[in-house]
Amino acid sequence: MQDSSSSLDMLRETFKIVVVGHVDHGKSTLIGRLLYDTDSLPTGKFEELKAICDRRGMALEWSFVLDAFQAERDQAVTIDTTQIWFKTPKRDVVIIDAPGHREFLKNMVSGAASADAALLVVDAEEGVREQTRRHGYLLHLLGVKQVAVVINKMDLVDHSEARYGEIVRDVTAYLHSIGVEPSFIVPISAREGDNIAKKSTSSPWYKGPTLLEALDRFHSVTVPSEQALRLPVQDVYHFDQRRIIAGRVEAGVIRPGDEILFSPSNKTARVKSLDVWDAPPLLEAHAGQSIGLTLEEQLFVERGEVISHVEDPPVLSTVFRARLFWLGHKPLEVGKRYTLKLATKTATVTVVGLETLIDTDTLAHRPGTKLERNMIGEVVLRAREVLAFDEHVELDKMGRFVLLEDYDVVGGGLISMEGYPDQRQSLTVKSTNVYSVEHTITRENRVVRNGHKGGVLWFTGLSGAGKSTLAMEVEKHLFQKGLQVYVLDGDNVRAGLNANLGFSPEERTENIRRVGEVAALFADAGFICITAFISPYQADRDRARSAASRIDSEAFHEIHVSADLNTCERRDPKGLYKKARAGEILDFTGVSAPYEAPASAELVVDTDAKDLASCVEQVVDYIDRTFRVD
Amino acid sequence: MNHLDQLEAQSIYILREAYNRIKPLSMLWSLGKDSNVMIWLARKAFYGRVPFPVILLDTGNELDEVYEFRDRYVKEWDLNYINAECPPYEETDPDLTYNARSAARKTLGLKRVIEEHDFRGIFLGIRRDEQAVRSKERVFSPRGESGEWDYKDQPPEFWEQYKTEFPPGTHVRIHPLLAWTEVDIWRYIQRENIPVVPLYFARNGMRYRSLGEKDITRPIESNASTIEEIIEELQTTRTPERAGRTMDHDSEDAFERLRAAGYM
Repeated sequence: MQDSSSSLDMLRETFKIVVVGHVDHGKSTLIGRLLYDTDSLPTGKFEELKAICDRRGMALEWSFVLDAFQAERDQAVTIDTTQIWFKTPKRDVVIIDAPGHREFLKNMVSGAASADAALLVVDAEEGVREQTRRHGYLLHLLGVKQVAVVINKMDLVDHSEARYGEIVRDVTAYLHSIGVEPSFIVPISAREGDNIAKKSTSSPWYKGPTLLEALDRFHSVTVPSEQALRLPVQDVYHFDQRRIIAGRVEAGVIRPGDEILFSPSNKTARVKSLDVWDAPPLLEAHAGQSIGLTLEEQLFVERGEVISHVEDPPVLSTVFRARLFWLGHKPLEVGKRYTLKLATKTATVTVVGLETLIDTDTLAHRPGTKLERNMIGEVVLRAREVLAFDEHVELDKMGRFVLLEDYDVVGGGLISMEGYPDQRQSLTVKSTNVYSVEHTITRENRVVRNGHKGGVLWFTGLSGAGKSTLAMEVEKHLFQKGLQVYVLDGDNVRAGLNANLGFSPEERTENIRRVGEVAALFADAGFICITAFISPYQADRDRARSAASRIDSEAFHEIHVSADLNTCERRDPKGLYKKARAGEILDFTGVSAPYEAPASAELVVDTDAKDLASCVEQVVDYIDRTFRVD
Repeated sequence: MNHLDQLEAQSIYILREAYNRIKPLSMLWSLGKDSNVMIWLARKAFYGRVPFPVILLDTGNELDEVYEFRDRYVKEWDLNYINAECPPYEETDPDLTYNARSAARKTLGLKRVIEEHDFRGIFLGIRRDEQAVRSKERVFSPRGESGEWDYKDQPPEFWEQYKTEFPPGTHVRIHPLLAWTEVDIWRYIQRENIPVVPLYFARNGMRYRSLGEKDITRPIESNASTIEEIIEELQTTRTPERAGRTMDHDSEDAFERLRAAGYM
C-alpha cells in the first residue's frame, strides 16, 4: 500500500449503488435515463440503441443501455446484474442493475451484496409488490444499510400527490418493520425524466431532492478500523526462508509486536513484521488491507484460522443459529449436510434445526420442514469441528457465511448466538444420526460421519529423528480440525498390550506385529492411527502394511521421518545414544544394529532440513490430500 | 485507504484465493496494460514471484513492439513463460466474419493450451467497464468442458465467497481486475511506475488505446503522449475503449457470441 496523497484525482470517492425492485417497475429504464440526463452515454450509444429499437419496431427502450445480452433485449427483462459507471457532481458512481424477476434472485443477490447503498424502485401504478418486499428484506440481510425508495412512473398516475402518499405509507410501514429507515423517497418518471437530474414541474408538491441529489447525499461507507482485530489466515507462503502468513484484515488494526491469538487452535504468538514486496515493512495494517506477516516464533498455522488480539477473541462454537436465504434448487432440510465457507474457513455443517420460515411478504413466521429456493428462514447449524466467528450484529464480515451443495453456493446466512441451543436441542441432534441398529455399520458409514477415511500413518526412523514429537503435534492439529486420530507409541503400547515383551530381536518383531494389528483395527474403526516406532526392518513394516491392507488396500502410509544419524545422536532426547556408545544398550539401531530405510515410503519428512512447523504442515497437507472425503 | 489501495487489496485477495484453492493455475498475459498490472499485483501478492506460468496467446500477428516488450520482461520479471501458438485462420469457423475468425484463433489457442497443461484456473485481466457483456461477468467464472460461458445461468457470487469448487473437466476463469476501470489502470501504472508497451503513447497524433492483432486493431486519434495526458484524455472522452477493436462491432451481439464461445 503506498501513500498516494500526491494524486489529486484520488480525492473523489467511488460509490456503489444497486438498483432493485419488482420486475417491470422500471429499474433499467431509470438507469438508462439517468445516464442520458447526466450526459454519460458514450458517443454513438444513443444512436446504436435507437437503431436496435427501430429494428425491433419499438419505441426507444432505455433499458437496452444495460441489458447487454441479446436475450435480455429480446425478452425485455434483465437476466444478470450489470455495472455501469458515471459521475455526479460529488462522486464517481458505479450503478449495479439487479434483475427483478424472481427467477434471477441469485443474480440480484450477486449484484446487491457489494453495494454501498440501494435504490428500491416501486411502480406508482402497481405499488408495493412481492419482489419489492423481498428485495427490501434481502438488502437488509446482505448488509446494504442505506436505502432510497424511488417511486417510478408518476406520469401514469398524473403525478398525484395522494398516490405518492399511499405508497410512501405502504413502503415505509414495511421497511420499518424490518428495521430499515429509508433515506429518501423520490417520485420520478424515468421515461419522462421527472425529478431525475432536474426538478419536475409536474410535481410542485414534492420538496425533497432529485434522484441525482439523493445519490450525492448518501453517507460514505467507512472501513471498521475501530472494531476488534480479525485477520482470517488465507494462506502460508514459504517462497524463501521466511514463513509469511497471508490474509486480509477484516476488522481492526494489527502492528508488529502485537500479541496475537489464533482461533480455534488457541495458539498465541507475537507479530514480528508486516512484510511487503519491494518496500519497507508496514508499521501497521488496517481493515481492508491484504497483508503478509511473520511471527517471532515458528508456528504451524493453516488457512481458516482467525487472528485476533489475545484480549478480544472471536466466538468459538460448534453450533450456531443463522438467518438464511436459500438459492438452491433442492430445498434445505433438517439432517442435510452442507459445506460452509466463512471468511477463509471451509467446514462441513449439518442442519440440526429449521426453526422458522419467514414470509417476506407478510413477515409472518411459520413452521416448516423445508426451506425452498428463494425463501428465507432461521436454522441451527452444527459443525463437527469448533469454528471461530463473531455474531453478525457485532462484526458483520466475520458473522456471515455461504453454504455449498455439490459445487454450488446454495445459500447465505447471518450468524446469531441468540437463544444458544440448550441441552435438549443438542440431544435432538444426536438422534438425527440415521444409523439403524439392525444394519451392520459399514466403513462407508464411518467415512460419511467422520468426513475422512481411516488409515495408518506408520512413522519410521532413527531414535531421535522426531517421530513422537511430530506424531503428537500432528495428532493435536488433526484433533482440533475434528478428525478422529490416535497415536500409538512405546509409552501407551508397552504399558499394557505389550507389557509381556522385552527387547530381544524376536520380542521386538512381535512388538511391531501387535502394533501393526492394533493400528489396522483403529483404521477399520475409522481412525487415522499414527504409529511412532523406530521399526527398523522393512519386513516388519511390510507385515504391518499387509495387516492394514486386509481392511483397505490404500489404508497404509509409510512415512519416513528422516534425520542424519549425527543429528539424532546430537539431539539424543532420552540419552540412549550415549548409553549405546558406552555399550550399556545392545542392538541399538544406528549404532549396533542396522536401520533399513524405506525404499518406497509414501512420504519422507526431513527433520534435518525443516523446522517442526514445516514438518507438521507437510504431514497435515498429506493427510488432507489422502484422507479427506468431501 | 484510497480508491486505488482498495482495488489493489481486493485484487491481491482474489489472486491469493485462487492460488490457494485452484491448481494448476496460469495467467494470460496479452502484454497489454491490464495484464501488466495483473502481473504486478501477482508480484505484490506473492512477494516478488509469479508462482504460476504466464501465457501469451500468440497469433504471430501481434504488433512488433509487443514482442519486444515480451522478450525484455520475461527476463526482468523472471516469468515462467508459455508461448501458446494459436491455430491458423483456416481452422476457425468459416461461418464467422473475418474479424470474428481472427478473434476465434485466440479462443482456440486458449482452449488448446488449457487442454495441454490441464489448467483448472486461468487469470484474465478483463474489466467490467470495457464492454457491456463483460460487465455481467463474475470474478470466478466457471467454464464448461469446451470452454463455453453459460452466461444465462451464472453462479451466485457475494460476500467475496468465490466459486472455487467445480466438477472435473471444467475450469474457472478468474478476473482479478473486474472492478477496475480504464482510468484506474492508468493511475495505478502511474503510481507504481509499471512498464507498458510504448504504443499506448501518441506519435504523430495517433495512439493505441487497446492492443490487439495487427489486422483487426486500429489506433485512435490522440495527442496524449504521457500517462498524465492519457488520464486527462480519459476524463473527457466519450469514445469507448474498444472502439478500435473491429471484432466487437460486426453485429449487435458480436462480442456476446465471441465470449459465449470462450473468448476472453
